[in-house]
Amino acid sequence: MSIEIEGVSKNFGQFAALSEVDLIVPSGELVALLGPSGSGKTTLLRIIAGLELPDTGRILFNGEETTKRDVRERHVGFVFQHYALFRHMTVFENIAFGLTVQPRKSRLKKADIRDKVFTLLKLIQLEQLWDRYPAQLSGGQRQRVALARALAVEPQVLLLDEPFGALDAKVRLELRRWLRRLHDEIHVTSVFVTHDQEEALEVANRIVVMSQGKIEQQGTPTEVYDRPATPFVFDFLGNVNLFQGRVHEGMAQMGGMEISSPEHAATNNVSAVGYVRSHDIEIERLSLDASSVQAEVRYILSVGPLVRVDLELSGGEGVEVDLPRDVADKLDLQVGEKVFARPRKVRIFTDDYQI
Amino acid sequence: MHVAKGFRKKGEKDGSQVSEPAAVRFLLICAALAFLALFLLLPLAAVFAEAFAKGWEAYLAALHEPDTLSAIWLTLLTAAICVPINLFFGIVAAWAIAKFSFRGKSLLITLIDLPFSVSPVVSGLIYVLIFGLQGWLGPWLQAHDIKIIFAVPGIVLATVFVTFPFVARELIPLMESQGRDEEEAALILGASGLQTFFRVTFPNIKWGVLYGVILCNARAMGEFGAVSVVSGHVRGSTNTIPLQVEILYNEYSYAAAFAVASLLALLALVTLVLKTVAEWKIQQGLSINEGER
Repeated sequence: MSIEIEGVSKNFGQFAALSEVDLIVPSGELVALLGPSGSGKTTLLRIIAGLELPDTGRILFNGEETTKRDVRERHVGFVFQHYALFRHMTVFENIAFGLTVQPRKSRLKKADIRDKVFTLLKLIQLEQLWDRYPAQLSGGQRQRVALARALAVEPQVLLLDEPFGALDAKVRLELRRWLRRLHDEIHVTSVFVTHDQEEALEVANRIVVMSQGKIEQQGTPTEVYDRPATPFVFDFLGNVNLFQGRVHEGMAQMGGMEISSPEHAATNNVSAVGYVRSHDIEIERLSLDASSVQAEVRYILSVGPLVRVDLELSGGEGVEVDLPRDVADKLDLQVGEKVFARPRKVRIFTDDYQI
Repeated sequence: MHVAKGFRKKGEKDGSQVSEPAAVRFLLICAALAFLALFLLLPLAAVFAEAFAKGWEAYLAALHEPDTLSAIWLTLLTAAICVPINLFFGIVAAWAIAKFSFRGKSLLITLIDLPFSVSPVVSGLIYVLIFGLQGWLGPWLQAHDIKIIFAVPGIVLATVFVTFPFVARELIPLMESQGRDEEEAALILGASGLQTFFRVTFPNIKWGVLYGVILCNARAMGEFGAVSVVSGHVRGSTNTIPLQVEILYNEYSYAAAFAVASLLALLALVTLVLKTVAEWKIQQGLSINEGER
């Protein structure tokens, strides 16, 4: 089922949580709402679920007006950040809850409910623990029970609010992949909220980057990562270095480098900011042309497969560079050494783009 | 190693490193116990000693007195009306306050606390002012032959007023600490409001409810000030147990007065035990809650 959001705004007192948000979630997609805290992503999710009402705007499910429809009639599955399992019920009772509260007429028979719950328990690989209470489960297990509980009512839309936020790194990674596979199996339209760019890039088909109640950019993970539309998106996705400077007729001067910027051919001495990802900088011993700048190595740190090098440019700016281990080994850099830094890919935003 | 051992010795008994010397501990504990004995246990013992001063038969006879039986009956009746009313009101108010945000919420909380801050005598007077013969509604009530003041309805009203914070006060922090997530989850799964309450909310607060009911009941049965003002002290008709104790005492029937008072003391003891159990269960519930977060 597709979800359309048209011009949705929501204020909490003076605070504008969402302003004029438009978004289409195509049927069967797994969409990530990505943004820092306070960006309105959770509010948007709760509005889709019907837990909050928008001040203005409309929500359409499959083209059908849903804005005012009661939570209970929306047939959504919702997974809470802190699981929100019913603490006085067993795992079985938790998963069966949505089935047992149906009106008598449409309710499944007891045996059918039992079968269904055990099918779901199998799906989340917790068959053995059906009679445990939530307090007796680990965080990852609880989150899987919460997911099974949401899926039991066969929702048309699955909404997940920071589903892995409260888990430790290893469990989070496992559950992410598991969710990805699960979605490939059942293809239910899913929206999940996260502030973790890595999580969004890994799990989602589409990423919607939000900031201050507005959508900054949406697209496939590759699109938003490779072609960030705004400085904010650039900054939020991955490690990035900023260079202040000016652009004049297609040439940018920043941090002592000269960089050609064909898209700004028509500009006339405008101040601009250049964004360079930390892995898009090369370190060389010799300067080949004006696009590289002299720098001093301040600090070297190995982080797993990467080596992080802190440079200080001749102009005094600090720059972070991530080098693959083999490249770093070949260079054999020493702290205090003078080298040249050359940005491979620079994205230049002139000041009218300023955040 | 040696140093660690030396440190250990100080707080040997409780295994903690930070502790007072044994003599200080002993003194503190003794002071606390002596205080309790003097102000709590001694009076309690005195009540029972006086009650049984003239033997079992006199004790039972005092309780069998028609006026006393009527007082016991009225007290039970009052509690039986007030507790359910305040149970309902308390849950509704706590639910509204803990699970929703609305204008005037802090005013409502203040109002709920009002009976705690107002002297019970004043609480009683309020009703005399409203329903009494000289009061606002007095003439109208008299014209329609409805008796509220100096009758059972007045006693019930005053008791409801005095006891209404107990359940709400107990539940508000408990429900606030539990948050709204579980209720929201239930609604999304298709549960109705009532199903959500009885299957999700109530099981989480039941021990808190019991705790509130116990306190509310104890106060409803023991209330003196407010009831004294509105009751009119009509023997065998508008006297509750506390009022009956006072009357008997003023008439120098000490044994009878203490016999009736011992009923209230017993109630207090039972309340204490139930309260401890309920508190323990709440703690258990909260620690499970902690585990879930």
